[in-house]
Amino acid sequence: MDALLTRFFPNVYWDEIWQASLDTLLMLVGALPFTVLIGLPLGIVLFLTGPRQLLEQAAVYRVLAFLVNLLRSLPFVILLILMIPLTELVAGTSLGVAGAIPPLVVGAAPFFARLVETALREVDRGIIEATQAMGASLGQIIWRALLPEALPGLLAAITVTAITLVSYTAMSGLIGGGGLGDLAVRYGYQRYQPDVMAVTVVLLLILVQVLQTVGDRLVVLFSRK
Amino acid sequence: MIEFQNVAKTYRVAGREVPALQSTDLRVEAGEVFGLIGHSGAGKSTLLRLINRLEAPSAGRIMVDGEDVTALDSTGLRAFRRRVGMIFQHFNLLSSKTVAANIAMPLELAGEHSRAEIDARVQELLARVGLTDHARKYPAQLSGGQKQRVGIARALATRPKILLCDEATSALDPQTTGQVLQLLAEINRELGLTIVLITHEMDVIRRVCDRVAVMDAGQIVEQGTVADVFLHPQHITTRRFVFESEHVDEESQHADFEHVQGRILRLTFTGEATYAPLLGRVAQKTGVDYSILAGRIDRIRETPYGQLTIALVGGDINAALAQFEAADVHVEVLR
Repeated sequence: MDALLTRFFPNVYWDEIWQASLDTLLMLVGALPFTVLIGLPLGIVLFLTGPRQLLEQAAVYRVLAFLVNLLRSLPFVILLILMIPLTELVAGTSLGVAGAIPPLVVGAAPFFARLVETALREVDRGIIEATQAMGASLGQIIWRALLPEALPGLLAAITVTAITLVSYTAMSGLIGGGGLGDLAVRYGYQRYQPDVMAVTVVLLLILVQVLQTVGDRLVVLFSRK
Repeated sequence: MIEFQNVAKTYRVAGREVPALQSTDLRVEAGEVFGLIGHSGAGKSTLLRLINRLEAPSAGRIMVDGEDVTALDSTGLRAFRRRVGMIFQHFNLLSSKTVAANIAMPLELAGEHSRAEIDARVQELLARVGLTDHARKYPAQLSGGQKQRVGIARALATRPKILLCDEATSALDPQTTGQVLQLLAEINRELGLTIVLITHEMDVIRRVCDRVAVMDAGQIVEQGTVADVFLHPQHITTRRFVFESEHVDEESQHADFEHVQGRILRLTFTGEATYAPLLGRVAQKTGVDYSILAGRIDRIRETPYGQLTIALVGGDINAALAQFEAADVHVEVLR
């Protein structure tokens, strides 16, 4: 077995692959909850203050929408570099897994917020009206009607965001973030070691595939329409 | 129970003021079924939503059950809305919740009841609307009529005094419409609930309402008891609704009658007179000959009525008219 591995993957150090896989997973697991924690309320506010919605506030909506668009139009590589001072402040370092998480969150949260806004818009206005007519407060409308009704859409949004985060982690290698993408760039691309490239790509593909499948299952599980 | 005092509503659309409801006075008595009929855009939906302040009025005062709805703060408004149930054309049930959870929702939102109380109330409501076996289903698994029953059960959960119905049967087929209307009439009778419903179908008004207001272009153009408005429509909009519901085209009917000889009368019978053998008797006594040109015998809520358009020839026509009127038949001379 070992002989076979060495023959087909002469440049691959398996413990390095293992470490990189672990780093990628850690970045994902570290960044996703913060992305949701920041993006979900932001998406809810975007939805509520939007045109013809419950808390219509044209000024607030425009400012938020502009900030979100600004962050989303910034290439992630640029964001990584711009964020370095802030990252050091928040995470104590701009290197490694810990240093990668703040830029990942800042890059993915606006994207997720837009997906949340879209998912909430899919909720039938009549349901919001009916909930209002029952005497619900704004908080109750959000927690008891809006979010449960949008749950399948929100789960789909989390799935897409998780996959986006995986592709972002690949770029964080550029500033010493580590992970599978980093390995692919350093060995596969810069040293032209196609076997390393192949292994990392296959591992990333498996990860994306697993995320998508789990996400799709959850969406189906919570869809009642 | 509900009183509108000079209530008006205008919307601002793209910087322009668009009137939805012109200054309106309206009274709905406790325990009655009050119908609002109008075409889409006539303002009936706005008027209905002003009652539970889903829409805020631009002017005027709305009193409901002795309370000035227009003056309520947000806490007061939420408590008030729990005393007013509402059902909708497209049911507006939460697709993520079971039938039982949908019905329980207003009680949970109120936060004043224990789980056991809520469960007991939900069972009671399920039984009332005949859906006990469907408690664990999701709305997507139900037919339109069943969904509206869930809507009704949900609206009744907090024991409101008023039920607002927003085109509640417009998305249903005729048979289901009948069943839902029957349920509404039953609720009105047994619970003494005041019902305000809006519709664009005269038939709905005829089957369940006590009184009706006809709306056109943001104002009430005619109102009264259903029998009065239905049998003797005055306003052009009302006439159209009535003729539409009877599948009669007023103009082509006039054209048809042109070739008919003699006087043309429309006789309206209500209650017992509907089934009395009057026409033959009058013909015998006064020597007039009659032919029936058009007619309809039906019910308004529980009251039978008949409306016949007849032509009279020969004999003593004035005596015939007097005899009809003596028999409590409403006579209109059309020609």
